[in-house]
Amino acid sequence: MLSTRHIIDIADLSADDITTILDTADSFKEVNERRIKKLPTLRGRTIVNLFLEPSTRTRTSFEIAAKRLSADAVNFAGSSSATVKGESLADTAATLSAMACDLVVIRHKYAGAPRILAEMMDSHVVNGGDGMHEHPTQALLDLYTIRERFGRLEGLTVGIVGDVAHSRVAGSLVPALRMMGATPVLVGPPTLMPARPDVLGAEVSNSLDEVLPDIDVAYMLRIQMERAEGMPFPSLREYSRMFGMNRTRLDVMRPEAIVMHPGPMNRGVEIAADVADSERSLVLGQVNAGVAVRMAVMYLLLGGDAGGAVA
Amino acid sequence: MALLLKNGRVVDPAVPLDEIADVVIRDGRIVEIGRDLQIAKGITVECAEKVVLPGLVDAHTHLREPGFEYKEDVESGTRAAAHGGFTAVCAMPNTNPICDEGSAVRFLVERARERGVVRVHPIGAITVGQKGAALAEMGDMLAEGAVAFSDDGRGVQDAGMMRLAMDYAKQFPTTIISHAEVESLAGKGVVNEGAVSTRLGLSGWPAEAEEIQVARDIALAELTGCRLHLAHLSTARSIALVRDAKARGTAVTCEVTPHHLFLDEDALQTTYDTNLKMNPPLRTPADREALVAGLVDGTIDCIATDHAPHASHEKALEFEIAPWGTTGLETALSLVCTHLVSRDVLSWSDVARLMAHGPRSALGLEAVRLEVGGVADITIVDPEARVDVTPEFFESKSSNSAHMGATLLGKASEVLVGGRFALRNGKVVG
Repeated sequence: MLSTRHIIDIADLSADDITTILDTADSFKEVNERRIKKLPTLRGRTIVNLFLEPSTRTRTSFEIAAKRLSADAVNFAGSSSATVKGESLADTAATLSAMACDLVVIRHKYAGAPRILAEMMDSHVVNGGDGMHEHPTQALLDLYTIRERFGRLEGLTVGIVGDVAHSRVAGSLVPALRMMGATPVLVGPPTLMPARPDVLGAEVSNSLDEVLPDIDVAYMLRIQMERAEGMPFPSLREYSRMFGMNRTRLDVMRPEAIVMHPGPMNRGVEIAADVADSERSLVLGQVNAGVAVRMAVMYLLLGGDAGGAVA
Repeated sequence: MALLLKNGRVVDPAVPLDEIADVVIRDGRIVEIGRDLQIAKGITVECAEKVVLPGLVDAHTHLREPGFEYKEDVESGTRAAAHGGFTAVCAMPNTNPICDEGSAVRFLVERARERGVVRVHPIGAITVGQKGAALAEMGDMLAEGAVAFSDDGRGVQDAGMMRLAMDYAKQFPTTIISHAEVESLAGKGVVNEGAVSTRLGLSGWPAEAEEIQVARDIALAELTGCRLHLAHLSTARSIALVRDAKARGTAVTCEVTPHHLFLDEDALQTTYDTNLKMNPPLRTPADREALVAGLVDGTIDCIATDHAPHASHEKALEFEIAPWGTTGLETALSLVCTHLVSRDVLSWSDVARLMAHGPRSALGLEAVRLEVGGVADITIVDPEARVDVTPEFFESKSSNSAHMGATLLGKASEVLVGGRFALRNGKVVG
């Protein structure tokens, strides 16, 4: 059991909750390696993937996770609510509530939307990414991946590189790392840093090359080219030169240090193709962990306990 | 008909007056102020333990009519005003259509005459359609009853356009009201840029986006000689800029809102409560303290509500797309009583200065004084009345109050407009 009904912000979770999720994910990961990758655990439970912003990867990951636990997974796609036309999120929530689903995963263009849903519904809510705010299951799968590689989280230093200001991935990963005793360092040009990184409790560097020798993980954020409202840096070429992960930079890092990326990657921008495909890159490991971690989240929110995950 | 206000604490710093006295009103005017007064026939209002003030005016109200009558209209908005202790409101022009020509002003004046519970002073747009591109017909609007001009809801972005407007306006006895917001800096910001924007993953609206335009418009007021009023100032530096300008003798006045005085961005730490989404956004505790200091030292001329009603289904939207604003008419006086008067930060004379005389003087409205011969626009306050801010409390059509759930102390019990009750025993009349 977790100490929370919903996972909207990382702050909804305690460090013990996170450890419980990661430990539970361990046993589900083993299931995912079986030939028959299915457990009867959530049979009869309904999980709705309410994706009001386009997403293929995350939605697929949640859908696979739900189906491997035998839940009835339903995808509810659409566009985020508009002020003028279209159904409001509050009405969508009321509609889903009337259909008596057990858990809703919401991906939404605007920050805070999962909170509206949680206030309107009886079911559990999992934030699948809200605006520039948080993406907690991404942070959990990242923690899982890092813990699996290093055997621990405490004492590690993670450089989070790129568009931190607009990144919900960073919005969750920074507090999650801190909660587990790791040290996040935000790296990027000042125009991509949040207004007050201090309130997140993160250090900031404007030089990737300076931090490389000191970090255990280089976490490369996706450059959101579609978001640009007036590009916050002169060119992708300059960005790549200053903040892109490439073979030369990889060689400066500690031999055991790894490279991660939440995907989808802009090869040649924030990460060079050869690095992305190297044995130091854990990108596919993150995707793989994503299913197990999301299974753990669904299982634990819907009443399972850590011990009885895999019958 | 005669009216006797008995045994109230009659306060008006413009007279000056602060004593227990009786006030006799006949034919809409004050005819006598003194002790132990009697009237042969008429109505006596017992005012013991109450404060009798010159009628409060709100310099910044959105009545929403025409165009948005589902949020508010002249009737409901003026009822809300009376309920909150105001004898008059100044109506902002961002209606649909925009109030940017004489006929639109005339509509509002006539509507207010037919359905208004308190006085309504229209404010016209500075530019046609509030688009910032061409001067609106200020002379036409003034002739129909407009009192001042504002593109409220938007700043006039082009400095040359603002200069032109002020140069043109100075031929009239009127005031240009500045909604200070540099749009290229405020961008998509919905909360103060800083700790809260970072924590909530929302775009920030930096203090500087206001301050730069405040500085610009003060400079333009000095260049043109036009009277300038700065709406809803929210930051410490904005207040400092006004303080300096006044020290230089510039004809500038300013207002602050109750929500910027009594709430700050910390209220948003853990919630996406859209009733706390306002423009300009709630600022830091240090800014809030600077606003209070500005009230006390006289830098700030008035407390204005920026009453901005919105339907509940609109405020139920996601924070980033929910409309800006909080209602304010019905809570302003109670908030001032609770947070400032009962804590001895402000006196009742200060309340009269900031909520009755300040707004009239800033917008060139006729002065109202508690003296013989004065128009009987009077607000009577019961400082001990308890107010529970619930959705049922409001006369407004909307209940998007940033102060929802608060318990406040002090409320208007009577409002007289031209000697007629708009509010009596706490109930709106008419």
